[in-house]
Amino acid sequence: MSGAVRAQLADGRWHFQHGPIDCILFAEGESGAAAECVERAWLRFRGLLAELVGELPLLRLDLSSPEGAAAAPVGPVACRMVAACRAHATGGRFLTAMAAVAGSVAEELIGCFAEPRIRRAYVNDGGDISLHLAPDASFEVGLFTDPAHGLAGLPLDGSFRVDAASPVRGIATSGWRGRSFSLGIADAVTVLATSASRADAAATVVANAVDVDDPRIVRRPAGAVRDDSDLGERLITCAVPRLPEALVAQALESGRRVALREIAAGRIVAALLCLQGRAVACGANALLKETCP
Amino acid sequence: MSDTPEGFAPRSDGQPVVLEHSRAPERMAADKVRCEACPVLCQISPGKLGACDRYGNVDGVLTRTDTLALVVQPGTDLVAWQAGRETGGWDGSLVSDAPVFVSGLGATTTYPDYKPAPFIVASKHEGVDMVTVVTEGIFSYCSFKVKIDTDRYLGPEQATVRHRGEAVGHVSTIEYGSQFLALGGVHHLTGGSKKEGRVACEMMMALGNREPVELQIEGGASVIVAADKPPVVDGVEERRMRVGCGSATIGIFAPQWHGQVDEVVVVDDHITGVLSEHQAGKFLDMAPTGIRLRGRKSTPGRYFQVASPGSGWGGTDITDPLSIVEGWEAAHGARPGLRMLMVSTTGEDSGWYVLDEALVPQPAEMPDGVRRVVERIGENCEPSLCSVLYVAGAGGSLRAGVTDNPVRLTRSIKSLLVNVTCGGAPVYVWPGGGITVMVDVARMPAASFGSVPTPAIVSPIEFTMRLDDYRALGGHMDRVQQLERVIAAGGWRTVEGAAGNPWPLERLRGGGR
Repeated sequence: MSGAVRAQLADGRWHFQHGPIDCILFAEGESGAAAECVERAWLRFRGLLAELVGELPLLRLDLSSPEGAAAAPVGPVACRMVAACRAHATGGRFLTAMAAVAGSVAEELIGCFAEPRIRRAYVNDGGDISLHLAPDASFEVGLFTDPAHGLAGLPLDGSFRVDAASPVRGIATSGWRGRSFSLGIADAVTVLATSASRADAAATVVANAVDVDDPRIVRRPAGAVRDDSDLGERLITCAVPRLPEALVAQALESGRRVALREIAAGRIVAALLCLQGRAVACGANALLKETCP
Repeated sequence: MSDTPEGFAPRSDGQPVVLEHSRAPERMAADKVRCEACPVLCQISPGKLGACDRYGNVDGVLTRTDTLALVVQPGTDLVAWQAGRETGGWDGSLVSDAPVFVSGLGATTTYPDYKPAPFIVASKHEGVDMVTVVTEGIFSYCSFKVKIDTDRYLGPEQATVRHRGEAVGHVSTIEYGSQFLALGGVHHLTGGSKKEGRVACEMMMALGNREPVELQIEGGASVIVAADKPPVVDGVEERRMRVGCGSATIGIFAPQWHGQVDEVVVVDDHITGVLSEHQAGKFLDMAPTGIRLRGRKSTPGRYFQVASPGSGWGGTDITDPLSIVEGWEAAHGARPGLRMLMVSTTGEDSGWYVLDEALVPQPAEMPDGVRRVVERIGENCEPSLCSVLYVAGAGGSLRAGVTDNPVRLTRSIKSLLVNVTCGGAPVYVWPGGGITVMVDVARMPAASFGSVPTPAIVSPIEFTMRLDDYRALGGHMDRVQQLERVIAAGGWRTVEGAAGNPWPLERLRGGGR
């Protein structure tokens, strides 16, 4: 078995990888501080996957079931996952704590950078990002409305600024094209929240809600696509054909209702929903207005 | 995963407890593989990926799917080699004669290529500092030349070749014993309908990855081709190439038949041979037999148009060999008791006949001595195979990923200062302008070919040269990284170089001085 590995990228950022976890870390601050914090994060990272695996059966429970409702994990990352997801698993709505795994890992690692000598830092775990900002600092965050645009080397579809005064410290993206499975058809739903674990859970839920019934959308049982998926035999989205305008609008509207509910409940700050070249921004419109393609 | 893996628990210091051994659970289905690359310990069904998307179950073998491929010299234990390096401590200098070559496979691309290639790797070979520029090229201008060893008729020259109903190529020339097809190419990828492009791209990717591809030839056969596999023509697997045309077969085996036969007819769709009339028979003083054969007589003992191409004897439409014999003339040597062998050019079909009193050939039991020669024809037929050569033009923007003055790269390749490889496999660089390479896909690592939706083919390509030469041709010197560092960064898998491939660092003019 190979352990966690890390490598420094040409631009100075670090790549930590262990099994399914891929994190990119960036930090800047007083001389030597960033390197110190990266070492601390590395020590924390090396044991992290083992911790999660130790509690995996618990983390794969449907939190809306009686067993899930009673789930009380021990590890700090697992606790954060459950806390972020439990709020969404009400009224019999299926959700496992795995919906927030990436954001929760990013949030755990950003804790290693939370000190005054660090001006700015981020941990990006496969698109779910946790931020650290000193009082006067800010991050400019670039956005693609479709993951394929990024891979094709196209220019950014938009960008927004997160400054220290904003409550936002977590940014997460979910959609059927990403590495995780989605029950919906959104190309990408990006959520801003006060923490990465909250953003991650909410992005999953909102992306699931961007959906319409159409026989041309290819859906397959999660278990048929990947062994041991926590989604069991639920139908996940595997291919979405070009849809008529009306259906795109309908799917976005259904996602928007859920996003607005999340904003009203105070669980997220803002969301951007993208589907086939159209985008809908909810909440903190000032923050997101530049992103609309 | 349904259970916590036994013996796996977080330690108080946060370090994972590594299992001494990890036995697959007895309940695991037999066709699954258990991945022990990380503590998740995925049990992966055939054709699926583990939780990390990096490891998958490919035909029952745990396979790393998306990483940089390091080609290692056959028989090399990379782990042991690396361990040896580490005990000495790495001082940042170039490694010495690493048995490892970073291939473009999995390297990804920097298209559009004004950016330096993803990997520009420095290593040492026999004391000389070398650099290899590694990338995956996106090729619209590329195709496959397929050689199919068969004498069966596949279709008329220039006929359209279809895959899943779409035009994907055409029938090219016939060389000795083999039919060539030209498949793929920019015209089909981007010049026709969207569907044609997509189907052509899928076909090309499969062909490059040595998978079987079914092709329909307009006005001809349906054929399944796969690199290094026998062709399947109209559902029948081809086994042998013919030993030669009918005349050549006579020429080769005449002395071995001499004394055991009075006549031999070698049935062929091109040139059918008749021993007694053939120069070889005359040389052995064989008597005339008065045989009258169908077809057009060429030089003595050689007949054209005896048969049409087909799936009968020796790639002809003949199923009853006697149908090509039009008669026997007593005045010219035909006589009762005359013994005749009829045989195809592969030795797969044969018959032994003796003329009766009415000069009608009657089937008879073939003498052992004659049968042995028939068997020798078969023995001399090489196995029929499909060989798939990939042709790609790398003369475009891809060169900018190597140097800021692309024409110097082209010139350096032509003057053999730069060795081009595809996944570590040797290539033939065509003379003339541009960098047009041709490579046998069987010598490339498995699954070397990918695609992008353009549609276009993605394939690995590497340029290896001396570090000095790289500097001289305007290389991206600031992007050169040590091989050690590429290895230390992880995210790679090793593939063994195909046996017989020259080591990519050894082919340079003046290399290894």
